[in-house]
Amino acid sequence: MKIAGIVALVAIALAPFLSTSQAVANMALLAALAVAGGQAWNIAGGFGGMMSFGHVAFFGVGAYTTAILQTRYGVNPWLTLPIAGAIAAAVGFIISWCCSRAGLQGSYFALVTLAIAEAFRILANSLDFTRGGLGISLDLNLAASNFQFSDKRVFYAVALIVALAATLVCWWITRSRFGARLIAIRENPDAARALGVDVSLTRAGALALSGAVTALTGVIYAQVFLYIDPNIAFGVWRSVDMMLVALVGGSGTIVGPIIGGLVLHLLSEGSRELIDIPGFAPALYGIVLLLIIGLLPGGFARLRHA
Amino acid sequence: MWELLFPAVLNGILLGGVYALVALGLTLIYGVLHIVNFAHGTLLMIGMFMVWLLAAKMGIDPYLALPVVTLAMGALGWALYTGLIGPVSRGEDKMLLLATLGVSILFDNGMMVAFSGDTRSIETAHSFSTVDIGPALVPVTKLVSFGFAVVVAGALWAFIALTETGRAIRAVAKEADGARLMGIRPARMYAVAFAVGTACTGAAACLLLPSFYVNPGVGNVFILIAFTIVVLGGMGSFVGAAFGALLVGVIESLGGLFLGESLGPILVPLTFIAVLLFRPNGLFGRS
Amino acid sequence: MVKLNRRQFVATGAAVLASPGILRAEQAPIKFGLVHPVSGALSFSGSQCRLGGVLAIKHINDAGGIKALGGAKIDALLGDAQSRPEVGASVVEQMAEQKVVGFTGSYSSAISLATTQAAAKYDIPFCLDGPTAQLITERGLRNTFRFFPTNATLVDDALRSLDALNKSAGSPAKTAILVHEDGEFGTNTAKLLSSKLPGINIEVRELIAHATPTRDFSNIALRIKAAAPDMVIITNYTNEYVLLNRTLVQQKVNLVAVFSVSGAGFNLKFVKDQPTIASGIIDFNNWYNPKDSRSAKFRAEIETKGEPFTWEALHGYFAVRLLADAIERAGSTDKNKVIAALETSTFSDHFMPYGPTKFVAGQNQGARMVALQAQDGDIKVIAPAEFAEAKAIFPRHPLK
Repeated sequence: MKIAGIVALVAIALAPFLSTSQAVANMALLAALAVAGGQAWNIAGGFGGMMSFGHVAFFGVGAYTTAILQTRYGVNPWLTLPIAGAIAAAVGFIISWCCSRAGLQGSYFALVTLAIAEAFRILANSLDFTRGGLGISLDLNLAASNFQFSDKRVFYAVALIVALAATLVCWWITRSRFGARLIAIRENPDAARALGVDVSLTRAGALALSGAVTALTGVIYAQVFLYIDPNIAFGVWRSVDMMLVALVGGSGTIVGPIIGGLVLHLLSEGSRELIDIPGFAPALYGIVLLLIIGLLPGGFARLRHA
Repeated sequence: MWELLFPAVLNGILLGGVYALVALGLTLIYGVLHIVNFAHGTLLMIGMFMVWLLAAKMGIDPYLALPVVTLAMGALGWALYTGLIGPVSRGEDKMLLLATLGVSILFDNGMMVAFSGDTRSIETAHSFSTVDIGPALVPVTKLVSFGFAVVVAGALWAFIALTETGRAIRAVAKEADGARLMGIRPARMYAVAFAVGTACTGAAACLLLPSFYVNPGVGNVFILIAFTIVVLGGMGSFVGAAFGALLVGVIESLGGLFLGESLGPILVPLTFIAVLLFRPNGLFGRS
Repeated sequence: MVKLNRRQFVATGAAVLASPGILRAEQAPIKFGLVHPVSGALSFSGSQCRLGGVLAIKHINDAGGIKALGGAKIDALLGDAQSRPEVGASVVEQMAEQKVVGFTGSYSSAISLATTQAAAKYDIPFCLDGPTAQLITERGLRNTFRFFPTNATLVDDALRSLDALNKSAGSPAKTAILVHEDGEFGTNTAKLLSSKLPGINIEVRELIAHATPTRDFSNIALRIKAAAPDMVIITNYTNEYVLLNRTLVQQKVNLVAVFSVSGAGFNLKFVKDQPTIASGIIDFNNWYNPKDSRSAKFRAEIETKGEPFTWEALHGYFAVRLLADAIERAGSTDKNKVIAALETSTFSDHFMPYGPTKFVAGQNQGARMVALQAQDGDIKVIAPAEFAEAKAIFPRHPLK
């Protein structure tokens, strides 16, 4: 059963490479980014129980890091990937550490992350360093060495690798001692502490990992669309999207965000095609969320157990 | 710059009065019952559309529409909780948060479909009346909002502290199972709190529209401010929220004055983060 | 030989011509892709652009389609960018695969940057409607054309008109404060304005930037009042435009004029719903040429759809007309030929206040905005003189 599922997923993942349609490649790319983002959120939010409402902060850090490094310092875009990941990891670590020190968890944590993302947006909008509201435009320079490709299938491949990496991290969490500690903290922080688990450190590690992966999606976005501004990089709806992918698919599972990303992306593309009323598709998201919470609180991945 | 200090502080206080109106309802829902109500801004927006429709299509002055809109919004809050949010979330904290998020996504976009994204505003008889206070020209609409915020804060305090329903809500907030043993139905109390909180946003909408505008995104402009005020005031304290609102208004006003209107707005999320990190019980909360 | 009288001859001829497949081959319709944000925050303006575009296609089809292609009709593929650049780009990709021969779009600068770039990969001609950012046509994408003005010429023209208005009133405006939103549009425009205003003898006292959204303008109004300039020059978006002007009236800030450059909040709805606030505001923006009789007819036709007329509808309309005209000139839908036709286009069958088109690097050199003023619940063109339909009220009537 599991093997069949894996084979199916691999087939779905590889299918876009067979098509020469750039529209299909584009759809696949956006779906892969959605899965990657959701899986990244899942690391901290699903396995760690740290429900973050401000994950777009990491996305924006990734996007702006690559944009600034390229336009101001001429750094090669490929090199910005690890740098962006490292910076986002540091940011995630600090945020989590401070929250742990202040005893913030649950809905308080959610709101603080929302406020942090908003603060980042305002900073990006007012500082000269980020070119304020003007945003940053990257020069079109199609070359593999420059991390820009005319065939979107290559971008899709990169996004797929990031999504795969995020999934592997989640798999590792279910197999490792770090993961065991993290899950124990999610279930009962006080008991975990009593057992000698360093709650603050573990949580900080989880948010750092989660942030790093999210930042990679930000770098890819910047390379594909070649223009970012404070709203694109730090808009709150992107946080909601990431969270929904994990929740709808099944947070705290390995395969959940994959299902969630596919379902939600297909939903948004499909509803745009089928229903001609403008704005209906995003409204549908709200309905889907409510249905999932009400009928499938564990998400699609837990359907077997429901 | 410094000669503008007094008017800026005064502006901030009056702005705080407006913010208090928006935040008081949330104080009940989030502060007392710990429901992170993501739909709060959306509900404010719906209230404002209601007021706008009454004013633009039927010529009813927003202030006169107060009783109607307040009651209608209260009914909407009740219906939303008992019909949608409650059943969907089954009362669990994490699920409640997501359920209100779902409601906000649904209605934000639904209203966008129904009314399209453009901005609408109205002119009323008192839109431009002002009163001299020292060197400042204070708009009457803001004074009325301020006065009303005080009234609403007092009314909510009385409701929670003095009435039986209020005591029941507090009991549920403290210890739901114990309350159930006393014959109180937690689900019903959540619904009542949600209804009353939403009714407050209805009142806020009536007082806000004459000096503001309405479009499907207008609620989101206030939501972070509302949460900041609730935690600053100390989760569940209406007096605290009222003072918190004034403080936030002044902080925002002075921030704009000294940091510029571009960077100035950062003080609100920074205040929120600072309060949660260093003084989570807020200014007036119980330790 | 049967002699047909004239009437019978014509009737027979018409019958023959009308029967399909006899004298003309039916031409397959060609597809235009219209990509705009018709949902989300920008839905109103995006819908207006779409409305104009759809009307243009209807006019062209009703007049017999593209004659150079044997009367081929245009099929409109309508895409929703959902107010997000990446969605706009996705829609472009899909339409490219559906073999559209050209695109129009996409109202906002951020979305247009993404959609034109996506179209550039297929080298499909793209006629812009809406955005004023120079960057879009300065990136070197050969498929992108803009019939309408950009920020580059906008400021010079606005100041020329302002100077004319000022001088003919005896130069009552000598000082100004600039209020702008802190994004690309506001910041760039304000910077340009402040460097050139001294050139028309107006001293710039202060530049005040503000965020979008800004909930309250009392402090800014106070700063303005304290500085007591003759004019306030505004560049910001709709919500803040309304709030700022309302606060200025409320705080009884008396000014010679309120002048906005490409004011997003200045439109017929604002003028009708907020007569006290709007009256006398001058906006330098897109509009039709009121002296051309086709303008009034077009405006009436748009207004039968239920909404007051907006310049976005004009943009949507002429972006399509430009594209169709280029296909006529090229005599083909071949991408290279259409792009070449656009590059050398001299499209003049329009009622905008510009002459025939002349494109340099995709930008129509002759495109201009005009000065509009809210008068008596309507919007009137007051400058430049060759297009003016009403006399300017300058200085504006003092506040009561």
